[in-house]
Amino acid sequence: MHAMNYQRINQILDDHGRNPLRLVQILIGIQAECGGIPASVRDYISKALAVPLAQVHGVVAFYHFLSPEIQGQYRIYVADNIIDRMHGNQEVMATLLQELQAERGKPRADGQVFIDYTSCTGLCDQGPALLINSRALTHVTPDRAKEIAERINAGEPLNNWPSHWFQVEESPRVAGPVLASQFEPGRGLQAALEMGPAQYLKEVERAGLRGRGGAGFRTAIKWRVSRDAPGKTHYVICNADEGEPGTFKDRALLTRDADAMFEGMTLAGLVIGAEKGFLYLRGEYTYLYSQLVATLARRRAEHLLGKNILGREFNFDVEIHLGAGAYVAGEESALIESLEGKCAVPRPRPPFTATHGYLGQPTVCNNVETFVKTALIAQNGADWFLECGTRYSPGSKLLSVSGDVARPGIYEYPFGTSVQTVLEACGARETQAVQIGGPSGTCITPNEFDRAICYEDLSTGGSFMVFNRSRDMLSVVQNFIHFFADESCGFCTPCRVGTQLMRRAIDKIVAGKAGARELKEIEHAAKCTRAMSHCGLGQTATKPFLDTLDRLRPQYEARLSNLDFVPNFDLDQSLSKTRALSQRDDPHAHLPQTGEACDARI
Amino acid sequence: MQESEFSFELDGTDLPFEPGQSIMEAATQAGVYIPHLCHHPDLRRNGSCKLCTVKVNGRFGSACALPAQAGCTVESNTSELQEMRRQIVQMLFVEGNHYCPFCEKSGNCQLQVVAYHVGMVDMHFPPFNTARQLDASHREMLLDRDRCIQCARCVRASQDLDKKNIFGLAGRGMNIRLVVNSDSGLLGDTDFSSADHAAQVCPTGALIRKDQAYPCPIGSRLYDTPISQHTIRQDARHD
Repeated sequence: MHAMNYQRINQILDDHGRNPLRLVQILIGIQAECGGIPASVRDYISKALAVPLAQVHGVVAFYHFLSPEIQGQYRIYVADNIIDRMHGNQEVMATLLQELQAERGKPRADGQVFIDYTSCTGLCDQGPALLINSRALTHVTPDRAKEIAERINAGEPLNNWPSHWFQVEESPRVAGPVLASQFEPGRGLQAALEMGPAQYLKEVERAGLRGRGGAGFRTAIKWRVSRDAPGKTHYVICNADEGEPGTFKDRALLTRDADAMFEGMTLAGLVIGAEKGFLYLRGEYTYLYSQLVATLARRRAEHLLGKNILGREFNFDVEIHLGAGAYVAGEESALIESLEGKCAVPRPRPPFTATHGYLGQPTVCNNVETFVKTALIAQNGADWFLECGTRYSPGSKLLSVSGDVARPGIYEYPFGTSVQTVLEACGARETQAVQIGGPSGTCITPNEFDRAICYEDLSTGGSFMVFNRSRDMLSVVQNFIHFFADESCGFCTPCRVGTQLMRRAIDKIVAGKAGARELKEIEHAAKCTRAMSHCGLGQTATKPFLDTLDRLRPQYEARLSNLDFVPNFDLDQSLSKTRALSQRDDPHAHLPQTGEACDARI
Repeated sequence: MQESEFSFELDGTDLPFEPGQSIMEAATQAGVYIPHLCHHPDLRRNGSCKLCTVKVNGRFGSACALPAQAGCTVESNTSELQEMRRQIVQMLFVEGNHYCPFCEKSGNCQLQVVAYHVGMVDMHFPPFNTARQLDASHREMLLDRDRCIQCARCVRASQDLDKKNIFGLAGRGMNIRLVVNSDSGLLGDTDFSSADHAAQVCPTGALIRKDQAYPCPIGSRLYDTPISQHTIRQDARHD
């Protein structure tokens, strides 16, 4: 049994000032240090922070990357987005399990290794990808998986592994105004300080910038509402919880444009009168943490952050909080709950974040790309921003292109660009369907490829997944539905139960065991989940199913059993255990499974 | 109907409201029943069961969470909404393990009566048959998670009214469970009492008294008469 190192645990508690608001951060630290958070430690933390034990249990059970049991020295998560699957992640998983002699989802008998699937890790352009102790490995082939297993079995620390295994490439395929811009740290800030926060806000408004996370809310309005809302303290949050499967453009921005992002946050602080900002970095991007901390330190040294920024009476600083594996934390009110040390469960709205956000105070929460753009608007002006895009969607959009394409990666295009243009640029051939905006977005088929990427047509947070004609679209839908069922926070009934019903239904349909009546019924339940769910997760969780049912109905119909009803379990198979135990197998006691067979016997 | 600047339309009837009231509160005050389970007049709003979903100016939202607004149009008793509410109740039934025919709460159970109210005649969906832990450690009260619908009424009552903070919800998705704030995780190791508010608010048979069973004969149980009158009378009593 593992002896817990309470000295280290105390150190972690002290590092976080024994602040209950930092409960999630403390638990992430303990998970990394001890490989798990067993009952004794949960009790200890509960007492040390004076937080109810139920809250500590709740948080540990909520986040994917926290575990109530010791998982061991090597914690491996294989990305399981449909794109990773198309790249062969299942072979990688099989090889790892075989070579490590481990069972998926359970700590190995010696308590040294844990391996499981996880949702998209934001590396679909370099898959199959996996995370080992929060470090990303890309382009993992079964051969590489063998080498990985050898090193793990030899107990070799990750730092001794070949560094190129951990290489994450960031090379934009098509650069638009944002990626081609030369950003000079502090220039935008200087310009905004000179024109004054009110004038700068007008500039953002004139640019017509809309939120780049996908929802498209006007940034200037958000900032103004928050600025004008009464409150003791105002806060700025950057949402770097890029969890939508198939999206990785924030990963690229966090790697190459973190300076601009932090400057955008600082500008928001200037406008709304905040002195504190948070960067909420998704747990999957933990490997970017240290370089982001270094960027913050450099900006402090350059007087672009901290007290008296650029010699003015303006203080602003940024703290980085890590996520711990929860797609729903991308919803801004859920993200704030997580920042407050709780489970990432979306709050009821109204009130909205802009007026009642972090600790109930006025808070601005924007996406990474949005903040990069507010910094560039300060530096280059609104006219520069307005040079491209459409009337209702000014500017450009970063797209994360992956799937059946010759050149996956980041593409920056003006809003209004057609899907066809992107498909040609990335070398897509024989395309059957494109999933725009991830599983919660829209699935379109070739007769719609002239549609435009913009808020007024195909709105997207950036995910652009391409499927050619060889792909079975129903298994794509199945992957997405499983994703939502795994990521539902469980707060509201329609999403908690509805996504599970969807999961069961799609599995049955794909297995060819569902009838026409069931398809109709699940469509009905899907519409209930869409209408009644508490937040965007449940409201969009049924989209992959409903979209494809609309556009690719023949593919569903081809899979249906011609029976009116097929039971959910195979009675004959269920009896096989009893037959084995009783060592009796009477041929007349075999039960037919299908309606025809029943009829025939009668 | 009295002329007032504070009124909204609910299913074609003008209802007055006091500023700050939710749609649910205004409706209850006017004697109009909107089906609900997690809402309780004495407790802070939660909005998780989604049974009280209404259409406000054509958009779906929870009546318990949305503030009443002058001039807005609210639809509640429509076939579209009742149909979806029926599905929500069916979802709750297949998710847990509910056994009305011999449950001590039968006849006094809000889940059961709401099911009747929305016209549920079958579970419809395949049951999940999940294994859930029973906690019989407490002297007076039984915690049967099979019958729990995760409405957090007891959680809120214990936190806010009893100031004991005995319950919590833990886990994610369909693994979400009611947990107890004690080292052992058992109810018997807390200072929970059958006199607590938290012991009175469970809408199902998940938290019930041990020393009695079937105390009322059929015919005189709380919901042996139609639900809407009862719930409103009960809720009004709490106000």
